[in-house]
Amino acid sequence: MSDLTRLTLTEARELLKARKVSSLELTNAFLSAMEKGRKLNAYVLETPDKARAMATASDARLAKGEAGPLEGIPLGIKDLFATEGVRTTACSKILGNFVPGYESTVTSQLWRDGAVMLGKLNNDEFAMGSSNETSAFGPVVSPWKANNSNAELVPGGSSGGSSAAVAADLCMAATATDTGGSIRQPAAFTGTVGIKPTYGRCSRWGIVAFASSLDQAGPIAKTVADCAAMLTSMSGPDPKDTTSVSMDVPDFEKAVGRSVKGLKIGIPKEYRVDGMSPEIEALWHRGAEWLKTAGCEIVDVSLPHTKYALPAYYIVAPAEASSNLARYDGVRYGLRVPGKDIVDLYEKTRAAGFGAEVRRRIMIGTYVLSAGYYDAYYLKAQKLRTLIRRDFEAVYADGVDAILTPATPTSAFGIAEMTTADPVEMYLNDIFTVTVNMAGLPGLAVPGGLDQKGLPLGLQLIGRPFDEETLFSLGGAIEQSAGRLTPKVWW
Amino acid sequence: MSVDQATVRRIARLARIAVPDAEVEKLQGELNAMLGFVEELDSVNVEGVEPMTSVVPMEMKKRVDAVTAGGDADRITANAPQSEDHYFLVPKVVE
Repeated sequence: MSDLTRLTLTEARELLKARKVSSLELTNAFLSAMEKGRKLNAYVLETPDKARAMATASDARLAKGEAGPLEGIPLGIKDLFATEGVRTTACSKILGNFVPGYESTVTSQLWRDGAVMLGKLNNDEFAMGSSNETSAFGPVVSPWKANNSNAELVPGGSSGGSSAAVAADLCMAATATDTGGSIRQPAAFTGTVGIKPTYGRCSRWGIVAFASSLDQAGPIAKTVADCAAMLTSMSGPDPKDTTSVSMDVPDFEKAVGRSVKGLKIGIPKEYRVDGMSPEIEALWHRGAEWLKTAGCEIVDVSLPHTKYALPAYYIVAPAEASSNLARYDGVRYGLRVPGKDIVDLYEKTRAAGFGAEVRRRIMIGTYVLSAGYYDAYYLKAQKLRTLIRRDFEAVYADGVDAILTPATPTSAFGIAEMTTADPVEMYLNDIFTVTVNMAGLPGLAVPGGLDQKGLPLGLQLIGRPFDEETLFSLGGAIEQSAGRLTPKVWW
Repeated sequence: MSVDQATVRRIARLARIAVPDAEVEKLQGELNAMLGFVEELDSVNVEGVEPMTSVVPMEMKKRVDAVTAGGDADRITANAPQSEDHYFLVPKVVE
């Protein structure tokens, strides 16, 4: 079979169970696709030996009838997840050749359930970026190209390696993380499906920290059902993360295909931002029509503090990052640049090891937390988070089951197209996604069709806390109408 | 609020990031752009609003006060750029 890599996760799972295909065949198909797809720069490390060994072990378990829920499924892992014995860098020079002696909880659960690791995926350095251009390993090239254009586009970020690899069939599904939109924006840019679950759903243990009160792991996958299957394995309480929530994990896949009749969907007027492109407006309208046809009731809602979410985020996230990234000192692991004394060693190491965007955010974070400024910035931003959360609570208290918005203000842009812009321009990419992190809510990005340039656009569904199931049901309904989006192979 | 060049140097020192003189001005512009962006928050009244201290309202989980890890110096120093006998090596700190 030449097109094994084009299967969805759920299709492959059935073939594996029926022993019509082996995990080793499937894994080898992906390994050769990865080799052919190297110009996309989606992987920063391929682990073929490990992949084949894990696949062989999966085949043995399948033969014995002891298959786990993801048995034999080859996955790509964002380089933010610590993988035991396998280099983990967060795509920063400062981690150098760091090889963890431990496995992140999320990935260990995937291996527990039988999945196979193909390699580590590219991302923005420490997940700080919206285009995957801040990676120390260089940008990822999107598998998508605009009609009649040969220009290389970004796959979104920070999980750009994950979104590109899934869209280009270089893995069956991928892990990702989302601090301000880093799962949903890249999913939208590549026509894939991504969910940021409720804060606390997935353990953060063993994931390189960016902003601890915002970071959540989640999957990027080809379909809504694939995404649900991944999240089921990735979720669950963990004694090693006190913010992981002690709550049973439903079988999320069962929610896909469930009727959405009678669900109340909110359309927040504050998301109709100035200068919104007519195409995004049309996409949003189309999404609402699809849900209406599926039996949902569409209502207008108001989330009055929406416009403050992004500026408040740019206080909270850098503040927490400056604290989290203080650990990179050139002493315990990673890069070390010699200095005349210890402070000189720290300063030189950190100047050489961190890229420009990371340095900028650490500096802003240091400033807003410095003596005399804490109340004016960090404390105020945390108060705004309360107001943002209350906005959502009020809407949900009125009986709204989920909120529908566009996932991004535009489709994918070109590599290097934004480099001359003010850093703030890049931040505007997250304008529709960041509120969800600030309030700790679940958000699903699902393809909504192509724009006039032939590039994918995504819709976002925002849910009640811990009600990812409703999002998967609604996402399934949108997927039924919008269909799947796949790029033409040019690489 | 905006920062002057002396403040940029002070923040860099606090953050333990060496900033060459030639970069101070550019960094000042970038930091001021970010501070300008967050200025929008000045227009909101947050009087009497509790700050969000826990993303999901829940009681902090506690674990048994017992030793659960340790005795693993090899693994802990395995990635150190310079170590000796399970110690991390640094330039002389105390005379």
